[in-house]
Amino acid sequence: MRKLINDPENVVADALRGLAAAHPSLRVDPENGTVVRADAPRAGRVALVSGGGSGHEPLHAGFVGHGMLDAACCGQVFTSPVPDQIIAATMAVNGGAGVLHIVKNYTGDVLNFRMAAELAEDEDIEVASVIVNDDVAVEDSLYTAGRRGTGATLFAEKIAGALAEEGADLASVAAVAREVNERSRSFGVALSPCTVPAAGEPTFQLEEGEMELGIGIHGEPGRERVPLADADAIVDASLSAIDADMPVSGSELLVLVNGMGGTPLMEQYIAYAATARWLEGHGATVARPLVGPYVTSLEMAGSMISVCRLTPDLTRLWDAPVETPALRWGR
Amino acid sequence: MTGQASAGLDARGAAAWIRRAAELVSAEAERLTRLDAAIGDGDHGHNLHRGFTAAVAALPGDAELGETRPGKVLIAAGRAIVSKTGGASGPLYGTALRRAGKALGDASEADAAAVGAALKAALEGVQELGQANEGDKTMVDALAPAAAAYAAALDGGADLAGSTRAAADAADAGAAATVPMQARKGRASYLGPRSTGHLDPGASSTALVLRALADVTGRE
Repeated sequence: MRKLINDPENVVADALRGLAAAHPSLRVDPENGTVVRADAPRAGRVALVSGGGSGHEPLHAGFVGHGMLDAACCGQVFTSPVPDQIIAATMAVNGGAGVLHIVKNYTGDVLNFRMAAELAEDEDIEVASVIVNDDVAVEDSLYTAGRRGTGATLFAEKIAGALAEEGADLASVAAVAREVNERSRSFGVALSPCTVPAAGEPTFQLEEGEMELGIGIHGEPGRERVPLADADAIVDASLSAIDADMPVSGSELLVLVNGMGGTPLMEQYIAYAATARWLEGHGATVARPLVGPYVTSLEMAGSMISVCRLTPDLTRLWDAPVETPALRWGR
Repeated sequence: MTGQASAGLDARGAAAWIRRAAELVSAEAERLTRLDAAIGDGDHGHNLHRGFTAAVAALPGDAELGETRPGKVLIAAGRAIVSKTGGASGPLYGTALRRAGKALGDASEADAAAVGAALKAALEGVQELGQANEGDKTMVDALAPAAAAYAAALDGGADLAGSTRAAADAADAGAAATVPMQARKGRASYLGPRSTGHLDPGASSTALVLRALADVTGRE
């Protein structure tokens, strides 16, 4: 294992110390794994809390700030946060207008956020929860834990955060997050696995000339192993899977070409070129593109494509000012 | 636990169970993590080790154990596990222990029938939270046969030691039986048919926790 770390057991706290040093405007508790925006709680405003396992940086802590999240709860690597963290973050940001939990659909995240929401309600904090499940690689059926939350988490956090910033009520902020989720789909491909620091070994093995289709973001293997292909073919496989589930023709799209952590930005742009070409060839318009490593899986190589079918309102909220460590515009 | 073999489970016995479970989980953490890497995300052993270590730290001190109830001990251990473990296993194991503790009520010593009821309550709590059934390749595949085997042994006249041994053996067999199953819950379910051919890590750790109960109730 070659990692730029000090102690495999302390990577999350050590990274949060760095986040705190680099972004003094955030209130970071490295020991308890919470990151809270400086001006929280904001009286009368709905607050957004998200969180999940670490290893997906900049998700979620990198999205704390004006126009996006009020707090993030950082679990151990690829392990959901615990209810104590979620309650602490929820109480820190509660401004009396309620708190929205944005939760990626993984069993651990869902269970821990559910327990935390129940306990927060005992404290008279109104909590609404939105589950993000945009990954088309998993069949949503009785036979699985359901689709995973991946790239659309960023879309939901940005857009719902913008609406909360405008002063909307909890029901409206939750509704727009759900709307974004329903209008979004993602598909990911891994070219190499990743290594959880505490485990010290890659989570799966890929032979030379193989790739993994339909991955999640926790270093778990995907649904299918196929021969390695070029960027155009990988993009075609990804977008075909998305289009089969949610036809994109005629839509104005928000598109994220997301590096999984180990793929250089140059390659992400190669994938984006293919993505834009594919979408235009299939009758869709890319209204808002975003390219970069935003929802990662440690040092995994590969990419994930996420699309959201925009409406004029969603576009306006996407364009609204945001000021966080990882997303910043208009301000 | 007093000098003789296990008529019932008192607060010291409950604490001994948690300590023994922590020992077994710690000894097997690497194996559990390897099992999880095959069909999950490779952290089960580490997480459960962290959770049970926290549960041991939350146990009442020796003097207090003489005063308290086994139900309270299990509830405290369950709370600690929920607080420290993370992942799905934190809420699921924490709920199992808290429900078992609640089922024991305020008795200073749980008899064999009460321990059986506690196992059943633990199973119900896990199923309610995780929505898993037998055959889904989860911890339920160890816990459900264990609770059933415990009840059958007790009906057949076994004492606490005999019933917990039957439960632990059934949990081992139940865990082993997860190998050919296709996962329908948890992260392994994302693999679809590729989840077959692997031992489920949650069922394996559940078998360890039930073995720990048999170990401490069978002790002289």
